[in-house]
Amino acid sequence: MSLSNAFFAIIRRDLILALRRRSEIANPLLFFILVITLFPLGIGAQPHLLQSIAPGIIWVSALLAAMLSLDSLFRSDFDDGSLEQILLSSHPTSLLVLAKIIAHWLVTGVPLLFVAPLLAVFLGMPTQSIGILLLTLLLGTPVLSLIGAIGVALTVGLRRGGMILSLLVLPLYVPVLIFASNAVEIASTGLPVHAQINILISIFVMALVLAPWPTSAALKMSIN
Amino acid sequence: MRKQTFSLQGVDLSCIRDDRVLFEGLSFELRAGQVLLLEGKNASGKTSLLRILCGFREADAGQIKWCGEAINDSDYYVDMAYVGHLDGVKKELTVIENLKVSLALSQAGQYSIQQALVKVHLDDFDDALVQTLSAGQKRRLSLARLLITNKRLWILDEPFTSLDTAGIILIETLMTEHCASGGMIFLTSHHDLHLPDVDVHRILLS
Repeated sequence: MSLSNAFFAIIRRDLILALRRRSEIANPLLFFILVITLFPLGIGAQPHLLQSIAPGIIWVSALLAAMLSLDSLFRSDFDDGSLEQILLSSHPTSLLVLAKIIAHWLVTGVPLLFVAPLLAVFLGMPTQSIGILLLTLLLGTPVLSLIGAIGVALTVGLRRGGMILSLLVLPLYVPVLIFASNAVEIASTGLPVHAQINILISIFVMALVLAPWPTSAALKMSIN
Repeated sequence: MRKQTFSLQGVDLSCIRDDRVLFEGLSFELRAGQVLLLEGKNASGKTSLLRILCGFREADAGQIKWCGEAINDSDYYVDMAYVGHLDGVKKELTVIENLKVSLALSQAGQYSIQQALVKVHLDDFDDALVQTLSAGQKRRLSLARLLITNKRLWILDEPFTSLDTAGIILIETLMTEHCASGGMIFLTSHHDLHLPDVDVHRILLS
């Protein structure tokens, strides 16, 4: 079969798997919602403070939710041998891996986009910055999946890779966090945010093009 | 005519694991229509050799050649299939869904998915989730993967594990057919291989 067949077969397979094990979709989303709803309770009746830290809260929660979901990216395939079969395919591994990452983003990143506006309103974020928040999430969450994939691929062969995974991946998430939450914050003051959005776009494109190669190389190492 | 040109060669292979030499200076050649049975006691490096052949591990010395070329420079991965200890099927997917993914990852072969399921006697289970199947049925499913794709070289690690007598005879028949049509098989097995019509070579690792 052709490469595009294989590519879409893997996306389709991973989406079906996610639907059959619901917790994979529900866990990160529930975590995201819970953390954000806890902040107003912790901070108390200070709407202005809450409003000013809202971009940070939403983005930090999104980042941690993404981290939480990363392990599921290759774990089950590694455990049941499907990963071996994917690596043995004559199609380029990096593209098959990209298909898995896209499926992972559809399952764990996209749901955040749907609930984020609701939670933004809940934190008292001004309406003009909600659009920008969505844009940053749209550009940023795929980057979290792409960069995270490299880390998971490196640690999937280890029995307790959780801690190393976060140490590896979190520093690489920081630029996304800085530019995304800054864009949302600036947007609430009504100033233009082209610079931040452009930087996010370039990070996204770079991650999209560069991340699949180290991921497939790391998987080949892990499987040995 | 293409039959003669295909061969898998191992030249001077060695594998060292944790300072223990598993094998050294191992050479072999496998041609179309042949079976190579790898024998040896537990921990003698059978699975390690198979994983080296799959490219999962690097040999500590030596080279593997497919049709005379190093495996990474040739169409090796188009022509080889591996069934290992792990079944490589997703337990949350149905039998058909699993085979469709396997098919999408390689080239279609001699049998359609339905025909292959009839061959391995899983045709009544095509819509069953794999987690409801028994260990032997899962084994048959991962072997069905070999039938729906057009791989010339089968690398099988203990293919008879958890199969019943009928299952073993079935797989032996399929192996004989595969070799008759110009395929080749590299396998390890503790089970006595009964392939009267096939040119079986043996390597003993010690």
